[in-house]
Amino acid sequence: MVHQYKNNGYNIVLDVNSGLVHAVDDVVYDVIPLFEEKQIDEIVNALEDVYSEKDIREAYEEISQLKSDGVLFTKDIYEEYIDKFKERETVVKALCLHIAHDCNLACKYCFAEEGEYHGRRALMSFEVGKKALDFLVKNSGSRKNLEVDFFGGEPLMNFDVVKQLVAYGRSLEEPYHKKFRFTLTTNGVLLNDDIIEFANKEMGNVVLSVDGRKEIHDMMRPTRNGKGSYDLIMPKFKKVAESRNQTNYYVRGTFTHNNLDFSKDVLSLADEGFEQISVEPVVTAETESYAIRKEDLPQIFEEYDKLAAELVKRKKEGRGFNFFHFMIDLNGGPCVYKRLSGCGSGCEYLAVTPWGDFYPCHQFVGEEKFLMGNVDEGITKPEISEMFKNCNVYSKEKCKNCFAKFFCSGGCAANSYNFHGHINDTYDIGCEMQKKRVECAIMIKAALAQ
Amino acid sequence: MKHIKTINSQVLKDTLKKGGCGECQTSCQSACKTSCTVGNQSCENKNN
Repeated sequence: MVHQYKNNGYNIVLDVNSGLVHAVDDVVYDVIPLFEEKQIDEIVNALEDVYSEKDIREAYEEISQLKSDGVLFTKDIYEEYIDKFKERETVVKALCLHIAHDCNLACKYCFAEEGEYHGRRALMSFEVGKKALDFLVKNSGSRKNLEVDFFGGEPLMNFDVVKQLVAYGRSLEEPYHKKFRFTLTTNGVLLNDDIIEFANKEMGNVVLSVDGRKEIHDMMRPTRNGKGSYDLIMPKFKKVAESRNQTNYYVRGTFTHNNLDFSKDVLSLADEGFEQISVEPVVTAETESYAIRKEDLPQIFEEYDKLAAELVKRKKEGRGFNFFHFMIDLNGGPCVYKRLSGCGSGCEYLAVTPWGDFYPCHQFVGEEKFLMGNVDEGITKPEISEMFKNCNVYSKEKCKNCFAKFFCSGGCAANSYNFHGHINDTYDIGCEMQKKRVECAIMIKAALAQ
Repeated sequence: MKHIKTINSQVLKDTLKKGGCGECQTSCQSACKTSCTVGNQSCENKNN
């Protein structure tokens, strides 16, 4: 399968099944769609009004060379590996600990419903967290790297337990030959110098929630008494970014129907000095006023194009930043097995509620039919785990012929469930945005390779 | 080549040989909590 497109003045050809990307000139770009169906003389006839015969024949030769090298028009051989893939042994290697089902902000788009996840307010005790880490170590087989995300609600509302759990996790590393990578996701309200110092020592990654421009942030992320939170958090976030030498953190925002010109929010964060930026589309029911709608897509695509072009420009000027959704590793990226299996939710990755229940991921918390066990009994419903394990790009009809399937790995299971009632489908609007982002990300690589 | 510049060299098929060790990051952990992005991750298999 070949996917070709034009972006920011570049002609890009992606050979989906080999993963190879070619930047081509106009003549090659126009010969490629004809290459598999027509003979060379027919192609010359079809294009001789536009290009010289010499150029068309040269282009044909170069395309033939790529094909024989196995980097263009390659076949999908991976579906044959699916049975082997389904039989793979999985271990748990990551937990999302819901340290606090409570929050000191009242963000309007919160999928956790202001931290409470359709349930009650609660804080995780050290005992529950300790059992969760024990479960992780015990069920991680020979995996060395284990990830634990302190999530919420707002985890800093239960910071003492975070500290205790980090210390406990560290105490398990040597005896069990493990390495914990901790992540803290915070809205910043309770951040102070002591917490920043602790996070810099112990957290492999810190995710700082901020939406971009002050007026956009304050509209969607008010405090509980209705005031904006931007001025409260921004100075602290800048301190975090600088004290971590502008690495191993993200400022992470959400854009909605209310700010479809979100490239301005991304650039606002860049102009404030942040170099690791993630701003993502809200995912919510279509009935919400701020939901992304199908008719918003053309504007969103334009915004991604604009942002990608600006990113290239700034990188070339030496003042670049990373935009998470445009990051792509074309040379040292994940293996095919990872690309088939996706995020690992429900089998390699579990969310743990404050009272110790397991769910396939943070987005399923509160959906009782996905309650799959707890820290005392372990996995009590292995059939749920099995269902997630078998979910892959070939189990989804819409993914089979999609050029982006090896980059998104079939997309988010929770989004599929929320829009279609089961995990083997896709969130269609999300797919359209994902495809656009992949195109932009590849264009950026091509532009920076010049 | 005169008309084509190939941007990368990693062929997906080659990753079948030593792939699947599972040491890589869980996708949703890093920044995105509402989507699945895998192509941006790096392989952590030291044998590759």
